[in-house]
Amino acid sequence: MERTALRGRLTWQFGTVAGVVEETARTRSIALELPDWPGHRAGQHVDVRLTAEDGYQAQRSYSIGSAPEDHDLVLTVEEIADGEVSPYLVEELHVGDSLELRGPIGGYFVWEASLGGPLLLLAGGSGVVPLRAMLRHHLASESDAPLRLLYSARSLEDVIYRDELMSVPADAEIDVRFTLTRSQPAGWHGYAGRVDRKLLEEVAWPPSEHPLVYICGPNGFVEAAASALVDLGHAPARVKTERFGPT
Amino acid sequence: MTPISRGFRGRRHTDVDPARVPPGQYVTGDFPVLSAGPTPHTPLESWTFTIRGAIDQPVSWSWDELQALPSEKVTVDIHCVTKWSKLDTEWTGVSLDTLLENLETSAEYVLAFSDGGYTTNVPLDDLRGGKAWVAYGYGGEPLEPEHGGPARLLVPHLYFWKSAKWVRGLDLREDDVPGFWETYGYHNYGDPWKEQRYAGD
Amino acid sequence: MEALDGNAIAGALFAVFGREMTTAVSVCANCGATGPVAETRVYLRGPGVVARCSRCSAVLLVLVEIRGVTCVDLRGLAEPLKGV
Repeated sequence: MERTALRGRLTWQFGTVAGVVEETARTRSIALELPDWPGHRAGQHVDVRLTAEDGYQAQRSYSIGSAPEDHDLVLTVEEIADGEVSPYLVEELHVGDSLELRGPIGGYFVWEASLGGPLLLLAGGSGVVPLRAMLRHHLASESDAPLRLLYSARSLEDVIYRDELMSVPADAEIDVRFTLTRSQPAGWHGYAGRVDRKLLEEVAWPPSEHPLVYICGPNGFVEAAASALVDLGHAPARVKTERFGPT
Repeated sequence: MTPISRGFRGRRHTDVDPARVPPGQYVTGDFPVLSAGPTPHTPLESWTFTIRGAIDQPVSWSWDELQALPSEKVTVDIHCVTKWSKLDTEWTGVSLDTLLENLETSAEYVLAFSDGGYTTNVPLDDLRGGKAWVAYGYGGEPLEPEHGGPARLLVPHLYFWKSAKWVRGLDLREDDVPGFWETYGYHNYGDPWKEQRYAGD
Repeated sequence: MEALDGNAIAGALFAVFGREMTTAVSVCANCGATGPVAETRVYLRGPGVVARCSRCSAVLLVLVEIRGVTCVDLRGLAEPLKGV
């Protein structure tokens, strides 16, 4: 009998850790093999559940950093100091371990090539994870929508997917820019300081271009960026937000 | 039975005297911040604590007046219905016995109310006899807003949702009405030693 | 603790309603504000999950897990949630 993923069901399933990549000192990408994965849309996340020997359980959500077209499902996790789940995922989890999750989840914070653009992606810290999935999907689907990613991180060492993002071929359509808020390396040519109205005026398309905007990161980052865009005249309905935070 | 996540323990302390841990609870060294809404920020100049309801005249204390009342330092264990317990927590505050002193009432129940709209109900007897405080200090420091500061109710013998953060007063009532979490299915009384988490337990 | 948004409870809502609900439109019974559930302010990790109106902070919906069953209270909504 053919096994198919039931549409409309969100069930817990187990994946096997196929590989891990230390992205930064505190962040790790975890590639998973799942027997019943139905595929996903860029921007979606999964809920992960850990069970201790005595039955104690803890559950958290993590964004999918891989595109639907990628071979492996990848979660990228930032370790929160004093966290309960993230230290386990970033430091303890081994290749070959099982990880229980349910997903893919989310229908609001998703982009697919059919939605077109121009596409403005604003990432604060680990908020880059679902946006990188969108970027990879854009590349894999050969979308001709113009795309701009503005990624705010504390320092170059904190930039997740650094090599990949810094080697995106510069062309008329795809533009990846960084702003480093706490420290910049010698000879840094990118932006410094927080994403604010002034920086967005420079980087974002004008409202007349009706860009689709996706903003992801900590509360403060998302609030500031979303309000600045609305102040600049962008339609709130074109600005989608996803807040990350310790839970 | 769900398979185990190899090597996962969580942050729980396990070398604890079991007699101090109510059924179903885990001991933690942290002080988790749990909230049902945004943290209010009432300036101290306009802060008051009021006892009103089934009483001849409502009575109110300003922040300065509360500070001038005799205060106590207490060390208590606290138990949250979300299953974490924290032992030996130190609080500074005014006993409800002090606040209720000289107040005549036929009320048997209290609905505590807070900034931001939170409420919780407690029998009046559970606030008397050295069992409850309006606490404004934690661990020797002023109580932080995320933990209920400037002042919260402290009723450690009940699940900690009864220790209303950002408390602003008590409604004395002859009838019992459910507060916020009680309305959504939590137990009306909430004794952790009887594991009274949900209505019907 | 700062609030997250409705995206953080997408899985829990799916489990309760049987479908994707973050794009469903919530109408605040207190102030009338409308918007996708994804844009509500969500407070997690308490005795229950509380989703509040991002304009007036009134409670829109509450999820409580009672003896393994997730109960959802929608009294804060002016209209039923319609999943898209």
